[in-house]
Amino acid sequence: MTIETVFLSIFSLGALAGAVAMFFLRHPMRVALALIGTMISLAAIYAQLGLHVIAVFQVLIYVGAVMVFMIYAIMLLDVRDRSFTERFSPMLVAGLAGLLLLVGVLIDGLLRGEPLVAPVVREDVFSVGTFAIAFMDEFWVYFALAAVLLLVAEIAASAVIDIRRRGEDLAAARREKRDE
Amino acid sequence: MSDANLLLAVSAMLFTLGLVGVVVRRNLLVMLMFLELMLNGVLLSLAVFTFLLGAEAGAVLMFLVFVVAAAEIAIAVPIVLLLVRAGRTLDPGSYAGLKG
Repeated sequence: MTIETVFLSIFSLGALAGAVAMFFLRHPMRVALALIGTMISLAAIYAQLGLHVIAVFQVLIYVGAVMVFMIYAIMLLDVRDRSFTERFSPMLVAGLAGLLLLVGVLIDGLLRGEPLVAPVVREDVFSVGTFAIAFMDEFWVYFALAAVLLLVAEIAASAVIDIRRRGEDLAAARREKRDE
Repeated sequence: MSDANLLLAVSAMLFTLGLVGVVVRRNLLVMLMFLELMLNGVLLSLAVFTFLLGAEAGAVLMFLVFVVAAAEIAIAVPIVLLLVRAGRTLDPGSYAGLKG
């Protein structure tokens, strides 16, 4: 067993431990912290594989943007309703049966297959510099598409907030009319 | 079992845990986080195949999936905020009356 395999196993265990903890933690903030642990373990796995640029994106975009946004939402919505007191839906037993079945089938399929072995690849192929040059040289259209997608998402999020504001204004106008 | 097989098994388990979490948990925000976990599981398998093939295009595809995930969460969270403002609860069962 090489040192790379040991590190990959440790980070894999970390990722799985975070995912399992997400099931049992009650407060959404703790669930978010467990998910952040899983994401950081995955970033370490990417770095161990030599995919440095993906490891950087994982930390910057997922942990730095997506999860921070999620934590803001959790802080805004500290609702202590039935979703807080009762963690699981009535689908718990069926869901766990499905979990065991799916994990069994997927891992059995992997164990039956031939071991996958990586070919010899140039070492710097996934370094930030090489990736950046290839990205802006060959894949610049996808970069532009990603920028357009983010712009559309921003407009959609603004539209959702505007719908809420208009709904509140309408409700306030109705209340005023009723009071008169 | 090679390293790649180990990572593919982890990827499958993360995806399955995420799927089951979406089904069994009762909090809209936690369900969104399990969706992210499913996406992370799929991304891990994509990373393994990118590594095996040494393909730059795989890394570009992963970057695009990261952007899609960011866009998805930017739209999903305001919708959840909107729902909670209207219904005062994070329990998806309370919104069973929504018919589009």
